[in-house]
Amino acid sequence: MNINLTINGKSYSQDVEPRLLLIHFLRDIAGLTGTHMGCETSLCGACTVELNGKAIKSCTMFAVQANGAEIVTVEGLANDGKLDPVQEAFWNEHGLQCGFCTPGMIMASKQIIDRHPSPTEEEIRHGLEGNVCRCTGYQHIVNAVKAAAAGAGK
Amino acid sequence: MFAQKFEYTAPKTLDEALHLLANGAKPLAGGMSLIPMMKLRLAAPEHLVDLRALKDLNYIREAGGQLHIGATASHYDIESSALLRQKCPLLTETAAAIGDVQVRNLGTIGGSVAHADPAADYPAALQALEAKFVLRSEKSERTLSAADLFVDALTTALQPGEILSEVIVPIDDTRTGTSYLKMAQPASGFAIVGVAARVRQNAGKISFVRIGVTGLSNRAYRATAAEKALEGKTGSAADIQSAAALVARGVDANSDLHASADYRKHLAVVHAARALKTALSRIA
Ligand SMILES: Cc1cc2nc3c(=O)[nH]c(=O)nc-3n(C[C@H](O)[C@H](O)[C@H](O)COP(=O)(O)OP(=O)(O)OC[C@H]3O[C@@H](n4cnc5c(N)ncnc54)[C@H](O)[C@@H]3O)c2cc1C
Ligand code: FES
Ligand code: FES
Repeated sequence: MNINLTINGKSYSQDVEPRLLLIHFLRDIAGLTGTHMGCETSLCGACTVELNGKAIKSCTMFAVQANGAEIVTVEGLANDGKLDPVQEAFWNEHGLQCGFCTPGMIMASKQIIDRHPSPTEEEIRHGLEGNVCRCTGYQHIVNAVKAAAAGAGK
Repeated sequence: MFAQKFEYTAPKTLDEALHLLANGAKPLAGGMSLIPMMKLRLAAPEHLVDLRALKDLNYIREAGGQLHIGATASHYDIESSALLRQKCPLLTETAAAIGDVQVRNLGTIGGSVAHADPAADYPAALQALEAKFVLRSEKSERTLSAADLFVDALTTALQPGEILSEVIVPIDDTRTGTSYLKMAQPASGFAIVGVAARVRQNAGKISFVRIGVTGLSNRAYRATAAEKALEGKTGSAADIQSAAALVARGVDANSDLHASADYRKHLAVVHAARALKTALSRIA
């Protein structure tokens, strides 16, 4: 089936098998390997991308379901070499160690700040329930989201 | 993990979708239950019809004194609906408790109901709300109660070729308070046990009680013995305790690695008492 996707502002038109998962389209066809595959069973959130403004797990969606959609991956955040405020805050607040969960964490964090411009700690933790990190213990990630929200308004 | 090969159609109209379903295709909604099952090859449908392509199945509106929710309204649509927050807060509270944000962004009320996972959250609330369900096929349309729709684990009264098109819930007056409370399975968020309480007070007495329980047995149910025990009472701590003690009586409780049958029953009693107390405290 032929599908058309816009990923990070660039259009892609491609024939795919219906069973191809969106994450495989992103990594193997578009070559955007910033989106990580962790559990492959919709539990870890490493594969989180934004689809029409909503955070979703790209390991649990067929690429054909995204036909016509606008997708943003972690590669689409920085602008002209300038990091997005959420990326900047993860860097400053040590919101990562090995970095494997980070692309998904950042995409989920963007959704939190979109929906709650000044999120409470509870809203941040509720918004990160779908993302697992094996390294940081989460506190630094929560701090990063807080810092990003505080900085993004300035 | 690849699903078995299948054909995919994103229909333009409901009629087209119903026609394909009448010919053996299977509905795909948010995919939050179906896609994991297809990847594990526990399900291998030959033809999927994407209901999310049908924009006219996604709505939340008030009509004729009731609230009508289209099958493809996502958990997030429901959680964030100002109309529901005001007129059916039990449903927004339940939707917000499902899974995680990514699951709520895609998963739909229609898919959750049709999938009928014994640990799903909505069924408790929909039992307590005495919701009605509109089922449509190419040739027929019928409306079922929650009691008739939920048949068994992963089994509803939906027939092949039929879709759930709408969920209808009542609008309660301000003397009604509601609450949904669950013990969540830590990894997925599914309810080990979940209890939805809906209570109304009149002149200092409890005049109406509905209690929906999920997670405990194969299907969500209304705890009618507990409801009757509380009706006519003032709602003291002792009244709540003795009513809650009845929610699991006679129920064939599930047992799995997360909780034994006895522990589940205990959780149901504790959560019923807490949900009833919270519901009562929310009466305006
Ligand atoms: C990580 C994770 C955590 C979760 N946690 C929870 C939780 O805490 N609580 C909870 O309740 N649920 C939870 N879920 C399940 C989630 O709520 C699903 O969204 C829901 O069960 C299915 O809805 P869907 O729209 O995704 O349906 P799909 O997966 O697309 O479909 C499910 C089934 O219903 C059928 N179907 C879909 N729509 C219709 C329709 N309108 N008419 C007839 N048949 C239809 C499909 O053919 C399929 O058999 C979780 C899921 C995941 C992946
Ligand atoms: S890889 Fe998608 S949720 Fe883990
Ligand atoms: S930084 Fe290593 S998994 Fe999160």
